[in-house]
Parts: sequence; C-alpha cells; structure tokens
Amino acid sequence: MSSLTSYLLISALLFAVGLAGAITRRNAILVLVGIELMLNAANLNFIAFWRYGPNPDALTGTMFVIFSIAVAAAEAAVGLALIISIYRHYKTTNLDQIDSMRG
Amino acid sequence: MTLTFAILAVLTIAGAAAALTLRNLVHCVLALTLSFLGLAGFYLQLSAQFIGFAQVLVYVGAVAILVVFAVLLTRGAEPTSQSIFSQSWFWSGVVSVTVFGVLAWTIRSSTVARRELRLQPEATVKQIGDALMSRYALPLEVIGLLLTVALIGAVTIAMREKQEMR
Repeated sequence: MSSLTSYLLISALLFAVGLAGAITRRNAILVLVGIELMLNAANLNFIAFWRYGPNPDALTGTMFVIFSIAVAAAEAAVGLALIISIYRHYKTTNLDQIDSMRG
Repeated sequence: MTLTFAILAVLTIAGAAAALTLRNLVHCVLALTLSFLGLAGFYLQLSAQFIGFAQVLVYVGAVAILVVFAVLLTRGAEPTSQSIFSQSWFWSGVVSVTVFGVLAWTIRSSTVARRELRLQPEATVKQIGDALMSRYALPLEVIGLLLTVALIGAVTIAMREKQEMR
C-alpha cells in the first residue's frame, strides 16, 4: 500500500464521517461542522495529489487549498450567522422543528 | 506507513467521530479542534508548511472560536432530553458507509494511487507569495471581495432587527 493510497483512504474516511454527521445530527451547528469536515477532507486530497503529482513545483494544489480554506471560512461565518438568526426566530436549533419558511 | 502517520490518522478520525457523536456541544467543538490539528499535522508531513500553519490559524483559531460562540449564543450547551440524532439515522448511516465503501474500493483499484514519492517539492512562503501576486492575482482579488461580502453579510444577517429590540 503506497503512501498516497493511505492519505486518500484517510480523506475518504473523514469525508464519510463528516457526511454521516451532516445528515444524522439534529443540531444545525453540528450539521455545519460536518460540512466543514467534508471540505477539510477535500483539502487533504488536494495536498496529497499535489505532493505525489508529476509536477509539484507548479504549486497548483497549494493554491487550490488556500482559496478553498478562504471560501470555507466565509461559509462558516455566514452559516453560523444564519443559525443565530434562525435561533432568534424559533428559539431552537433543532432541525426537525425548523420546518416552515414563515416565522 | 510510519508511526507519525498512524498517530495523526487516529487523532483526525477519532476527533471527527467524537465531534459528531458526543452529546455536549462544547465537547464536540473541542474534539473538532483536535481533528483540525491532526489535519494540520498531515499537511506538515506532506511538506506543505504554509497550508499547515494556515490550517492552524484559520480552523483551530478562527472557525473553532466561531462555532463555540454560536453554541453559547444558541444555548446549545444545555442538555437536551431527546435523542441527538434524527429519526432517519439508520438509513443515513447506511448511506455514509456506502459512500466510504465506494470511495475506498475506487482508491484501492486505481492505478493513480500507486505513484511513488517524487523529490521534495519547494513550496516556500516566498514562492507562494510570488505566485499569488503574479499568476493568481485575479483569484486573490476575488477571494478578498468574497471575504468582504461574507463579513458584511454575516453581520447583517446576525444583527438584531429593530422591532425585536423594543
């Protein structure tokens, strides 16, 4: 088993854990955490492929991850602001109880 | 597979699993921080130093603090009597396990994954800065704009409406 395979397997496992969290948890904050974990798994893939790729001096994988981290940070900020706003409306973050668009 | 890799893998996966199964939300965020730290270790091991430290700064520093604040502002730390998983948890788990199975099977049967490690690539901060200022200048500007919009948007969304204040 080469080292790239093990990195990809770790990344796939992290993605599956994040996916399981995002679709099973009731709390909206932890759904967002699951999405963040999936994004991080993708970042690990980028870096592993960059490191084992044919042309690592091109820095493409590194650049992708830098931009991906920035987008993920923006997503986390807006997502948590939305959750706080929804909490103010419904007094809950339980996703099973937030089921209507009108407040 | 070295010992460092095994330790980092256990740290990352156990942290992520704990973050999504624990009952107390503050403990979840602490476990999440552990998982992010493990990932930063992976980046350092793959000789992407800048990304590793950016991961520590952005995720362990900013995102974890943000999630803790969200947990405290929504009173998520208070214990709940009902189950923390939704009713369809069984089928969701089946879906996740299937996704992992398909991914793992694809990775194991792929020829791309049999590549050997090349020479140590140079990814110094100077090179990354040069690339960001020359070839990737436009994406950098777009990201700057995106972060500004996200900042203003987050503040506007989370700001208390005037009627509520009265």
